[in-house]
Formats: sequence, structure tokens, C-alpha cells
Amino acid sequence: MDRVKASALSGAEIVVRCLQEEAVEYVFGYPGGAVLFIYDELFKQDKVKHVLVRHEQGAVHAADGYSRSSQKVGVALVTSGPGVTNAVTGIATAYMDSIPMVVITGQVPTHAIGLDAFQECDTVGITRPIVKHNMLVKDVKDLATAMKKAFHIATTGRPGPVVIDIPKDVTAAVTEYHYPETVAMRSYNPVRKGHAGQIRKAVQLLSEAQRPMIYTGGGVILSDSSELLRELVKLTGFPCTNTLMGLGSYPATDKQFLGMPGMHGTYECNNAMQHSDVLLAIGARFDDRVIGNPAHFASNPRKIIHIDIDPSSISKRVKVDVPIVGNIPDVLDELIKLLRAAPKTDIKPWGKQIEEWRAKDCLKYDRSSKIIKPQFVLEKLYEITKGDAFVTSDVGQHQMWAAQFYKFDKPRRWINSGGLGTMGFGLPAAMGAQMANPGATVACVTGESSIQMCLQELSTCKQYRLPIKIVNLNNKYMGMVRQWQQFFHGNRYSESYMDALPDFVKLAEGYGHRGILVEKPADVEPALREAFANKKELYFLDFITDQTENVYPMIPGGKGNTEMILSEDL
Amino acid sequence: MRHLISILVENEAGALSRISGLFSARGYNIESLTVAPTEDASMSRMTIVTSGSDDVVEQITKQLNKLIDVVKVVDLSEAEHIERELMLIKVRAGQKEREDMKRMADIFRGRIIDVSDNTYTIELTGDGRKLDAFIQALDQGTIIETVRTGTSGIGRGNRILRV
Repeated sequence: MDRVKASALSGAEIVVRCLQEEAVEYVFGYPGGAVLFIYDELFKQDKVKHVLVRHEQGAVHAADGYSRSSQKVGVALVTSGPGVTNAVTGIATAYMDSIPMVVITGQVPTHAIGLDAFQECDTVGITRPIVKHNMLVKDVKDLATAMKKAFHIATTGRPGPVVIDIPKDVTAAVTEYHYPETVAMRSYNPVRKGHAGQIRKAVQLLSEAQRPMIYTGGGVILSDSSELLRELVKLTGFPCTNTLMGLGSYPATDKQFLGMPGMHGTYECNNAMQHSDVLLAIGARFDDRVIGNPAHFASNPRKIIHIDIDPSSISKRVKVDVPIVGNIPDVLDELIKLLRAAPKTDIKPWGKQIEEWRAKDCLKYDRSSKIIKPQFVLEKLYEITKGDAFVTSDVGQHQMWAAQFYKFDKPRRWINSGGLGTMGFGLPAAMGAQMANPGATVACVTGESSIQMCLQELSTCKQYRLPIKIVNLNNKYMGMVRQWQQFFHGNRYSESYMDALPDFVKLAEGYGHRGILVEKPADVEPALREAFANKKELYFLDFITDQTENVYPMIPGGKGNTEMILSEDL
Repeated sequence: MRHLISILVENEAGALSRISGLFSARGYNIESLTVAPTEDASMSRMTIVTSGSDDVVEQITKQLNKLIDVVKVVDLSEAEHIERELMLIKVRAGQKEREDMKRMADIFRGRIIDVSDNTYTIELTGDGRKLDAFIQALDQGTIIETVRTGTSGIGRGNRILRV
């Protein structure tokens, strides 16, 4: 149908037509009273496919995983009241990691708003601090423009989730439909180009650096600048690190890669971050988990160049010398052009120093153990999937080990809740990743505690035949809580033991999936091989791992980057 | 340090709560906040009096700019500006106090805008310090009720905040 030709449609029809206009492939959702008209319209067409989850949190995480693994916008649809409150954790997760998402929420009819109606909640109020923007559409005439704005805002500038709250009567009301091609907002115009003078200053600093370091975050992945980053690192010969959110933007198998920085970062990386004389930060935000104590970080003087699209990320926790506000690919393009012509300093001594730090082999663990070491499972997972899987994770020790031991060479392969740290994220995110990448290998690395937080989605996986491989590192503890209690709370393991665990194999089978219990190191590889050879079915691999294993290195909270606790084996 | 931040914001439902919510969520101070539509009905102008270190105030302006409904932000206190606040103050004014109270109002260039048998309501504008001084100058026992608008500000001369 002609895009510009106006026709009279109901609000619900408009919602679905707008989704079609935006080429939305999947909507993850759960029906309810306030969204019945929208569901009715979804039923009448087949362009936009709906994925029925088992809990609204799962819908939002799935839309999120879909977006992270594909660069497309994630779309979720939930009903009013409890539908919204269940979605809140998912929205906050996406917000903290700047994921472009549109969440459509039903609302009670406009005449009932504010009267404590059945399934009413103040959606705009509740979600306000956890969205890039939100809006309540009170008039069907504003609906198409609001939808366009939602997609525009979610995907431009620093991306983020947008909530669009639609009262039931608005979905029933009829109006002339016209979907705007573009939307102009005087209050919202994200920059693209970086300031030329600032870029020149950066080139000057970089070409004179003795101990340079490139530190990049989720922004490089979100802006699809991985190729440009590789070019920059190759061109300069500088060492490079990716944060937890940025893993895969630079190949982890390359020797210029120093591993992850921060609380569970590598010895070489944290030392290089601390002792560098020029630090180039790209799409990263000097998070507390990355630089530790800012005063300790500042105690080694260095010049910092910071490229970011969000001015508020610059000089928030750490004072920056050369701020460059702009779209990362635009800025990197300019920077690389100028660096090609710039003189180079000999940084061989710095490289030598880094190799000395690297020789510490800080991720070493006991390979002769009779009990399954979680690190071993992840090394095998890496080996068997040839480093080419989409790996989602939950939150805790398993997440850190996955980040340390799975060597991501491509962007968008590592999908985890870095900012909010949401347990329960892994499985629904894996569903989204599998939907976005049919035929690809998707693994969900999780723990016995995290997996139980969105376990109901095993049913969704069955319905849509998603052959996800769940790698459950089962140490019967909330492992990271246990580790902190061991280090900082006198071995008092208050409520961190996971008692009364289900038989995960039977549980998986109960949902119609396959399950394998793995208790010995020798059985790890065969189990993984069987699971990953099967392209049709979901496998729940329950690995019984060492209960006392800790994640090393570790920077205790409030400490500095070089004040790491190292493994006792070192 | 005290800062006077002026904001042009789209006249959308909930815009005020986005701004006040930002201050509470990020732990910024608000001493006062005033808001009303401008000559362009689609926009409101807001003045916020806040305090914090230079770093904090830099973050405040950046975070405000990040809000989708916010059109423009300026820190008025960075340069020459004028600020004004309006106070309505109801004071005891029986036969005994009437003369004195009238004189005090005159000294501060206030206007008596309501009179009853035993009260005056005085309207006073000025910067916050002047209003404070007026309250201080009165016999505290005579004050019945005060209401203040909070500070509004505007840049001097060619310093202009508009779209």
C-alpha cells in the first residue's frame, strides 16, 4: 500500500501498521485486557510475528537479546498494570546498557486513568527513570507520530528503550492514518561529527604517547564501529582492551588485545590502564567496575581522550583532557585519516612491559582437578563452538568466567547484562538472539541460581523450537555472593547456598527438552559435543562444578586497579 | 556554589516530573524551582536554583540537556543576570502596629494588597536576599503567613535564551 495515502484506521491497526513500516520482524509479548485490540490486529496479519513468552520480564529481555545480537530494534508488547511492572526489570536492563528498544504498553481507557482502575498503574511515572523517553498517547490522532518518534529516539544518538503507553480506548478509536517519513524535534538533535580541533589535539597526544592504551566499551558495538576500531589498533600498534560490554569489538585472540579491564579484568590490562600515559577511551564510561576507585585511578597522571556520543558520559567519574562528543564511526574515520599522516613514537619498551605483566598468566587455574572447574567448561565451550557462538549469560561468577575464557572475535556475540546486572537475563536473551539469528549456535551460560529467575521461558523455547544450549555451572551457591562473603564477610555464607535444587535434567525433560547431568571433568567434552551437534533441540547441560572456585583476579570494591587479589595458584 | 539554571522545555505532560525526577534520582540539590509557559505556548521556561561543585553543575546541565523534552539549558549564574522572586506575606496589623507595618513595607518597596481589621497582606519582589531581609526586619511575632514563588532569572543585555 502507498505509504503516504491516508486511510481511516483504528488505533490498534495503526500500531501494527507502524510496526510493519519499521520492518519489525518479531514482537515479544504477552496479551491482556488493555492490549486486546492490538492483539486482534496482530492476529489478522502475518508480517509482524509475535512471540508469546511466559512472563513479561522474559518478553523485554528477549527483545533486548534480539537487538543486541542483530543491531535491529527490539520490540516488546505488554498489557497494563502487572504487565508493565513485570516488564520494568527488562526495561531497566536495556536502559543501563543503552539498547534500542520500543516497549508498547497497554493502559486503561483514558476516562479511567487516575481512578485506580483494574490493572492500572502509572506506567509513564514508573518507567520514567529507566527509559530514554516515554509517552502516554491520549489521542489516536497522535499515535502514528508517537510511534515514529519512539523508533527515532530509541535508535539515534545514544540508543535506549522508549516506552509508549496506549490507553485501550485509543486503540479502538479511528482516525486518518499517515505514517510520517521523518520526524523533526527541536529538542532532540544528536550530534554526529566530532569537533575538528579536538580530534587534532587527540592526534597530537596519540602520536607523542610513550605508553598508549585504547579502552573501548559498549559504544563501539552499538555504533557498529568494530571494523574501524580494528583499523585503528592495527594502524597504531597500540594495546587495546574491551570492557565487559565491548567484548568482541576487537578480536580477543589477537596479541594486541589485553583482555577485559576492571574488577575481574586481567593483570596485564589493569596494569596497562593504570600506567598508561595516554588513554584513548571510546564509547566507554569509566564505570566503577572498570576503574575501581577514581582517586586511585587518578593517582597515576595520564592524558585521557574520550570519544562518546553522550556528553554526560564525559568527565562524569574521571576528568577528561580531550573530550570528543560525536558519533564513534564519524570520529574514528577522521582520527584514522589524521593518524596516518602523523609521526609515530617507538612504543616497544611499553610492549615489553605489557608482556611481563601478561607472563603472570593471571587466569591460570588448576587443570588437574578431579572436580569440574567452571573455567574448564568454558574453555571447552569455546573450543567446541569454534569461538563462533552467540553466548548470553546471567549474572555472577559464570558471567565473569565466560567473559574471561570465551575469546570473542566478533561483535554482538557476547550478550550480557553489564550495567544493571540482571539475574534471569540469560535465557530470554538467548531466545531473542536465536530468533534474530536462526541457524546460529546460541549458548546460554548460567548458574543454578540465575537460571531459576526466568526458568519459565523453557516453555517458550519449546513452542518456538529454539535449540539453545544451556550451560549451567552448578556449584549450588550464588557463587559471586559466596565469593564476597568468603573475602569480606568472614566466611559467613548468609543465605547464599542454593538448597532444594530441582533435578535440572528431569525439569528440562518435563518441558520437552533434553538434559544431561555432567559430574566428571572427562564427561564435559562429550556432553558439549552431543549438545552442540544437535541443531534441533534445546539442551540443558547441568555441570556440577567446584563449589569453592573463585573468580580471579579481583579488585575489591573501593580499591584501585592495581590492588588486585590474585589466584592462590599464582 | 549556588547556581541559577534556566531551562526551556516542551510544554508536554510530565515534563516537570522528568526534570524534578532527574534531580532526586541523581542526588542533586534543588533550592527552588519555578515554571510557567512562555510567550510561545508550546514551551515553558523553568528556573532552578541549585548548589554543587563545578563538576556537579556540569553534570546537571548535561543530564538536563539529555532529557528529550528539554530544548535549551543555560547556567545564568555564569555571567551577568537578574533574578527576582515574589513574596506574599500576611502580617498582624491591628491599630497598634498599622503605622509601623506600612512604613516597613514602604522602605522595602512592598505594596499592601489586602487589608482586614487586624492583618495586612504585603506583596514584595526582589532577589531572595531582599525578601529574607524583609522577613528579618519584621518583629517575628507579627508574621502570620508567607508564600514565595522561588527565583526566576534572566540574563542581562544581549544574553538571550530562546529557540
